[in-house]
Amino acid sequence: MVALTINGEAHQVGAEPDTPLLYVLRDDLKMNGAKYGCGLGQCGACTVMVDGEAVFSCVTPVLLLEGREITTVEGLGTVEKPGPMQQAFIEEQAAQCGYCIAGMMMRAQSLLQKNPNASDAEIRAHMEPNLCRCGTHMRIMRAIHRAAELMRSGAGTGAARVTGERGS
Amino acid sequence: MNAILNPGVTRRSVLAGTGALVLSFSMRGALAQEAQVKPGDESSNFQPQVEAAPELPGSLAKTPKLDAWIRVAADGKVTVFTGKAELGQGIKTALMQVAAEELEVPFETLTLVTPDTGLTPNEGYTAGSHSMQDSGTAIRNAAAQVREILIGQAALRLGVPAEQLHAEKGAVAGPDGKRIGYGALVADDLLNVDAQPTSKLKSPDSFTEMGTPRQRVDIPGKVTGGQAYVQDMRLDGMLHGRVVRPPSPGAKLVKFDDAAAKAMPGVVQVVRNGSFIGVLAEKEWQAIKAMRVLSLGAGWEEHASLPDIAKLPEVLKGMTTKDGIVKDAQKPVQGVRSVEASYTRPYQVHGSIGPSCAVAQVKDGVTTVWTHTQGVFPDQGAIAEMLGQPVEKVRCIHVEGSGCYGHNGADDSAADAALLAQVAAGRPVRVQWMREQEHAWEPFSPGMVTKVHAQLDASGNIVDWNYELWSNNHSTRPGSAGALLPAQYLEKPFQPDEQELKISPEGNGDRNSVPLYAFPSQHVVWHWIKDMPLRASALRGLGAYMNVFTIETFMDQLALEAGADPVEYRLRHLQDERARAVVSLAAEKFGWQANQKAPRDHGYGFAFARYKNLAAYCAVAMEVEVERDTGRVRLIRGAAAVDTGEIANPDGVRNQVEGGIIQAASWALYEGVTFNDTRVTSVDWSTYPILRFDALPGQLDVHLIPRPGTKFLGAGECGQGPGGAAVGNAVFNAIGARLYDLPLSRERIKAAIGA
Ligand code: FES
Ligand code: FES
Repeated sequence: MVALTINGEAHQVGAEPDTPLLYVLRDDLKMNGAKYGCGLGQCGACTVMVDGEAVFSCVTPVLLLEGREITTVEGLGTVEKPGPMQQAFIEEQAAQCGYCIAGMMMRAQSLLQKNPNASDAEIRAHMEPNLCRCGTHMRIMRAIHRAAELMRSGAGTGAARVTGERGS
Repeated sequence: MNAILNPGVTRRSVLAGTGALVLSFSMRGALAQEAQVKPGDESSNFQPQVEAAPELPGSLAKTPKLDAWIRVAADGKVTVFTGKAELGQGIKTALMQVAAEELEVPFETLTLVTPDTGLTPNEGYTAGSHSMQDSGTAIRNAAAQVREILIGQAALRLGVPAEQLHAEKGAVAGPDGKRIGYGALVADDLLNVDAQPTSKLKSPDSFTEMGTPRQRVDIPGKVTGGQAYVQDMRLDGMLHGRVVRPPSPGAKLVKFDDAAAKAMPGVVQVVRNGSFIGVLAEKEWQAIKAMRVLSLGAGWEEHASLPDIAKLPEVLKGMTTKDGIVKDAQKPVQGVRSVEASYTRPYQVHGSIGPSCAVAQVKDGVTTVWTHTQGVFPDQGAIAEMLGQPVEKVRCIHVEGSGCYGHNGADDSAADAALLAQVAAGRPVRVQWMREQEHAWEPFSPGMVTKVHAQLDASGNIVDWNYELWSNNHSTRPGSAGALLPAQYLEKPFQPDEQELKISPEGNGDRNSVPLYAFPSQHVVWHWIKDMPLRASALRGLGAYMNVFTIETFMDQLALEAGADPVEYRLRHLQDERARAVVSLAAEKFGWQANQKAPRDHGYGFAFARYKNLAAYCAVAMEVEVERDTGRVRLIRGAAAVDTGEIANPDGVRNQVEGGIIQAASWALYEGVTFNDTRVTSVDWSTYPILRFDALPGQLDVHLIPRPGTKFLGAGECGQGPGGAAVGNAVFNAIGARLYDLPLSRERIKAAIGA
């Protein structure tokens, strides 16, 4: 059994300890947000936050995550109450197939949570690890800027459980 | 009304369109639609039909019953059926907009059912930018006809002439405030009637839905972790399957040991059939670990069957089987100067971010497959053949996957899941490919060589154009079972379908090989390659990307030769008004100036094409910056202009074209499959890099030229050719040297600069 805290909730999972977090999220906990893209830490489709940092869940075994705060896209809000990041992606229609998008949002979230005033260049550099094949990048950039605006103004209805640094 | 919607309209059809329901439905002979192109896939196996006989619009020609497309329940709820699949292009939203518009029902109340061999019309493949033309046209006409039938019913009920009634918000309303909801008007088989050739379509000036940007229906779920993809399916009792693929194409399994895998926790079943190996486990990670162990226990006989990648162009040229004359120059014209160049491109992957995935289950003797294929009906036939079962024993249901951009591993993974489900004792089986499997085993977009020779007159105008291309067919979709990867490796293997050379209006490898420019003489030949050194199939645009890259970068070279500005030079040779309009608009929005000089190490590039020479028009202007020391290219800003005929969802079109241009830039700058004499060696994102955020332009605007009242032209692929070529021209403009081999890699750029 591994004890995990995901989106503020405690979970006991009966996964083998070498199991990457991605499979625990998708298979044991039946969460859709984190996606399998490469399993190699090369694409970012599986990105989640651990203690506020963007992490490739496909190469992070759950045994390393006990006692740490894991946030997935499900923790940013819901369809009814989207958080600022989700709100921004909807407003900017920043998806084509959308397969990469949850990972994009989680990586962006990890930056804006620390620095909602991140510059365009900082955002680009930060987003570098994540791949999109549909070419939705322009809209993703716009959505991240929009999310930053929403965060600065305290708008967005959800985001109840968006967590900061460890222990926050 | 028809007159506005169909430019080729005649007076007779105007009468038909404005007449009362009964009248318009009886005037079957009054067809005056433009010549309808038969719904088809992007391959070449259809001919445009110009017929005197009534031809039903779009896919109604194949599926004429109105209730195959639109059903109204007793409670008034409307369900729309399409045979075209959501691939991330936003087609669901656009089709719902079309239905809501013509049917006069609120968008939010509609339900759309997407491809399912058990439920929806068979519209072949969702490919070739055909969805709006085929399905959009069918749904639009069906919706208009259903609306008129309902108005006719209301007229009978109310005893008022139909002319005094109108449809609004899911009801028919009369002058005195009387309303009857659609639900109360439908009875039994009311809509179980054949469509008529002409419909009383709404006039674009009365549109409230079409032509208005609409937020896509699928995005909120996708950004909040909703179940959105086949990858997200979790059926009760579902097992996870993985397949061990051979190390190289054609390899044979000669040693197999599954003892270790079978002893692993969670492993339920190991399957071996010929050189096909699969494993089923309770959990996904267990299946992956077992797949790895099985792989270690497998021994393969491999063959050095792949061509020498360093000599790929020569190899391809040496493999020509047959020549196809795409365009025959009746009389070659002699100029005063001639210019020639030859271009190459490597094999490319589709590179979906989510590897292919499918879920299958056998229940009561029927195998149901949930798949992100572009063609559920063709897959149904191919999978049934592979399983040795009648077609009715297989049902294929489309569920979204990661964007595919053509024939990727979708169909093959559907076949994998179908095979594994046969031994799962009724439990559902989910199979997802691993990244390295997707990269190595999806059908590639074929390598190509092109060569162009032009003659210019004394003023630099092109008088003679001679174009050759060397290419495989770009589509090997199912087809028969032999088109499915696992079927080729079974104990009793199925052979890939025999390829044939066909020259068609839409084109295949030769797509867009004929320039839209008005040259006095044009000759175009496809040196067709039958054998497939590497398995190849359809990638967004087929041959159009390479042919447009060649034509448009060569046009720039000729403009330079003629001392002309590239935009002016294009306009000089363009007579098609809609083509001229997109070229002019893209140039204007970009701020293109004749003979402008870009800042140091920057370059401006321009390109244009009309997709397939019969679909959407697209022009792209792009600025790039080249880092001299490294050869690294960054896009700086871009402007595109697009004419895609009638537009359902303008934001959807913009999204598609933006994405297409970025994707084409990635193809042009970075991409090529690598292999040694035996194995594919580009098996992940480090060995097959694609565009990342650092190369992104600061701005990329897509300007639309709306053409209300004209046909849908489709938008999904029009950006590929011009996008890649504009980047190419901008790079040439920046470094002052021409590159003829794709991709325009850092190494090649550095070498060209002499840095
Ligand atoms: S799936 Fe984790 S980085 Fe690609
Ligand atoms: S939206 Fe399809 S991969 Fe990014």
